[in-house]
Amino acid sequence: MVDIQAKLKEIGPFVEEPDDDLLVCRCEEVTKGQIRKAVHEGIFTLEEMRRYLRSGMGLCQGQTCGKLVKSIIASELKVSPAEVVPASSRAPMRPIEMCILAEDGGGCDE
Amino acid sequence: MSNVADVVIIGGGINGCAAAYYLAKGGTKSVIVLEASNSIGHGGSSRNGGGVRQSGRDIRELPYAMYGIKNMWPTLSEELGVDTEYTQKGNLRMGKTPEHIKKLEALTKSANSVGLDVRMIDQKEVKEICPYLSDEVIGASWCPTDGHANPLTTTLGYYKRALEMGVKFYTEAPVKSLQKVKGKVRKVILNDGTIFEGETIILVSGYESRAIARTIGVDVPMTRLIDECLVTEMQPHMIDVMFGCASADFYGHQTKHGSFVFGSDSGWETVDEMVDPSTNIPDPSKLITNSMTLSASCRAIQGYIPALKDAKIVRSWCGWLDESFDGVPFLSRVDEAPGLILACGFTGHGFGTAPVVGLMLSQMVQGEETVVDISALQYNRFKPCR
Repeated sequence: MVDIQAKLKEIGPFVEEPDDDLLVCRCEEVTKGQIRKAVHEGIFTLEEMRRYLRSGMGLCQGQTCGKLVKSIIASELKVSPAEVVPASSRAPMRPIEMCILAEDGGGCDE
Repeated sequence: MSNVADVVIIGGGINGCAAAYYLAKGGTKSVIVLEASNSIGHGGSSRNGGGVRQSGRDIRELPYAMYGIKNMWPTLSEELGVDTEYTQKGNLRMGKTPEHIKKLEALTKSANSVGLDVRMIDQKEVKEICPYLSDEVIGASWCPTDGHANPLTTTLGYYKRALEMGVKFYTEAPVKSLQKVKGKVRKVILNDGTIFEGETIILVSGYESRAIARTIGVDVPMTRLIDECLVTEMQPHMIDVMFGCASADFYGHQTKHGSFVFGSDSGWETVDEMVDPSTNIPDPSKLITNSMTLSASCRAIQGYIPALKDAKIVRSWCGWLDESFDGVPFLSRVDEAPGLILACGFTGHGFGTAPVVGLMLSQMVQGEETVVDISALQYNRFKPCR
């Protein structure tokens, strides 16, 4: 069980850092500062972070930034990155055109 | 940590978070929200197409759906301090056959009977609203006050605001059972044995509400059904309306971000066991998409919007609907279980009504009259047929 209010108190307020402008998610242009700040607003998991800031939701689906976002969340929460659950990987593995994906031999192909 | 509160809300989805927010706003001093998974909005709240609709709804739901769209959605972004991406540019429910049109006409007529502005339009008018549609679309119902929003930011917006107002949230806190004290539902017991107590308990946990309610002998007639969504890469701005079909082939919209979000199915959902390929064992909690559905969805969408055939799909995901026996939610107190309020069975269209449902839940707790009459959503509306 995670007590969100207690954890927010424990990690203290958001403090700006010089490298907050660093782009972490390049597809969706999310910065380190935005991710750090979101943790202090109660966004503790990768699943929530993706929904809140769109980090890892662009063309590469977090294959580039997933580990970075995870380590930033972990460091802000003062826990080991191993304690932060990775985001689910979703089909398809690479972006595919709708007209190609549609050709799997289903009932409407004829 | 105090485990006792005025209200304990079981379920950290959008309805639970919204109820928590409106309770805090209305002056309820202590509110606790318990979420079984590690993320807020893990269930249907983040697994839907973002429709904020009135058209196509059962007339029992329409009064409050209409209230929310008129009085709550337009100012919600400002109120929550997040961009809910609310876009009120209409809902186009398309038909391809005379049977489809007949079905749409019936829906239109029943919605008109409770005062909703929705009307039938012909192919020419459909094309004026959206020039990208297939010529196979022969008509549609058109509700200009419908729209769409971003369920992800809206859910987390309610959560964030509720947190700021002092609501306590616990994640990874799965509830095992309820318990009465002196005839009143009061104790909420977690899997690990932790006990929370509330003057009022709101059960808003989707399908899981059924198992939890059963622990005090209350059965809520609902089942569950899987639904899948997909999202395209960013596209140039094309269209603002929410799409739906008479045949339920697909639904969706273009988001502010530029990507299109659609929901569809393969027709095999009722028998899908969600087998985990690594263990070969069905595991509904893993939320595994079906390999057939993504392709079937693409065929459905292309059949209506051929202009998107070269758009790339970047992601697909799925979620469970808590499907109520008669398609509308349970939103009521429970006679034989005083202290308990049920809010479940949203049947896959609970996102658009979440603000007003949250508000009405807070009103029920605070002993006020709800903004509209919801007596048709009593949990005990089912009687044996003979």
